[in-house]
Amino acid sequence: MLSVRRFLNTIGPGTLWLVAFLVLPALVMLAYSFLTRVDLARVGPPWTLESWQRVAGYDALFQEWVGDNVRVLWRSVWVAGLSTLLCVLMGYPLAFYIARQDARRKNLLLLLLIIPFWTNFLIRVYAWILILRPFDLVPSLAATFLGMVYAFVPFFVLPVYSSVEKIDWRLLEAAEDLGASPVRAFLAGVFPQTLPGLVAGIILTFIPALGTFVVSDILGGAKTALVGNVIQNQFGQAGDWPYGSALSFLLMGVVLLGLWAYARTAGQKGLEELI
Amino acid sequence: MKRTHPALSAWAWLVYAFLYLPIVVVIVFSFNDSRFGATWAGFTTKWYGNLFARADVREAVAHTLEIALLSTVLSTLLGTLVGLGLWRYTIRFRTGLTFLLVMPIVMPDVVMGVSLLMFYAFVRGLLERAGWTFDNGFWTVLLAHVTFQISYVALTVRSRLAGYGRDLEEAARDLGATGLKSFLHVVLPLATPGVLAGALLAFTLSLDDFVVTYFTSGSGFRTLPVLIYTNVKRGITPDINALSALLVLVTVVAIITANALLRPRRSVP
Repeated sequence: MLSVRRFLNTIGPGTLWLVAFLVLPALVMLAYSFLTRVDLARVGPPWTLESWQRVAGYDALFQEWVGDNVRVLWRSVWVAGLSTLLCVLMGYPLAFYIARQDARRKNLLLLLLIIPFWTNFLIRVYAWILILRPFDLVPSLAATFLGMVYAFVPFFVLPVYSSVEKIDWRLLEAAEDLGASPVRAFLAGVFPQTLPGLVAGIILTFIPALGTFVVSDILGGAKTALVGNVIQNQFGQAGDWPYGSALSFLLMGVVLLGLWAYARTAGQKGLEELI
Repeated sequence: MKRTHPALSAWAWLVYAFLYLPIVVVIVFSFNDSRFGATWAGFTTKWYGNLFARADVREAVAHTLEIALLSTVLSTLLGTLVGLGLWRYTIRFRTGLTFLLVMPIVMPDVVMGVSLLMFYAFVRGLLERAGWTFDNGFWTVLLAHVTFQISYVALTVRSRLAGYGRDLEEAARDLGATGLKSFLHVVLPLATPGVLAGALLAFTLSLDDFVVTYFTSGSGFRTLPVLIYTNVKRGITPDINALSALLVLVTVVAIITANALLRPRRSVP
């Protein structure tokens, strides 16, 4: 039985911490998005919808729709989407390769996958400057893609691998015995079994790719700014906290909505599989 | 060994080559005797000498380790309790609570960073009315790190315990153990591998974090990732190659050690 005291003793402190340092800051951010920029990094009354209008693509000065910001949002979505797709193409077969080795080799290959994964993120991105600069590819959108795929592919492979490892291969044999072509046998017998890992992997790749500013900042340059860069700028040089708040609240909203939809279909277990 | 198509093997090796290319390049260039690394100008170790002579690097290393150690202790304590509670009790708002726990994991770190930045500014504004104030620095970074670590620890502990029923604990009580005793002798030993794995994860997340630290640290307090970022933004310095190579070495040693320690279970913490 769960008494109030037991609850407070176990779940209480951690939950309280998350409410204080995660939920409250999100609410402060929401409030700030309706306030006005008073000065560099200062906000105050009056309450206004201006920042949200700018998020929707209106120019604050001329009161007309220019769409700059919508273009940035759209670019962020497709850059993240394409990076995720590249991660899938690269990582999905790899997960199969690792899962089908004997135990010793498997452990070694996983270890080799985890080493770049746990190497400092900035260093992994920075190293691409060294490689791409002689080819005059920094800054460029191509470099951003390369950096993103490189940075996020291990996030994708690990959950897919854990799905592949649980595959019941007898289903593949059964499909083949029943006369299915290799492709059909794979699609009917194997692919569905990897779906939980595939979905988790896609979420774990797409979300950081959508929100990143480091990769595009270091490898992409100003012309290919993503929403993360615009947000960073509002809390740096531009000092426009209300606008930055509106943008990052939108980003958070999109992610939470996606997470909610995922929780609806994948349930409690699916949520926990994300770590 | 099961059959793998030669094309699949070739693909796998290509992906591994892709994963290691930048790491190898950074290590090679850290020994390159040229300020602008595009061409090889001979072997040198002077960048390592430069690096060790830099007071700001030493200070950043110290800050990074202080934050990582302290935040890991705090988050392991809080997260383990949450994980135990999730495992032990039937909770009414279970899905809601899981959602809250998953939030810091999936929330883009830039959102977490800027919302904490504003939250600290908001709290500072309130305190200033009472005549108090604080600067962003050690404490603001510490609180931020604990916030993104708790969930990882809680969910790791919970998933480690998921296979065991509460009946084990009840059996201990039936055999005469008090609540505390059954906790210490039954629950805790079962949870320990999960707690260790969670703590390890929390520690490396803290070491690796750049974005949240960047927004919550203010100007006077720098951790290693923040230092690397500001150096890279200013232009390529060969010292950073040396630093990167050393960090890769540290990572490799740490992972191999962790893998050896946690051998009986899956090697992915």
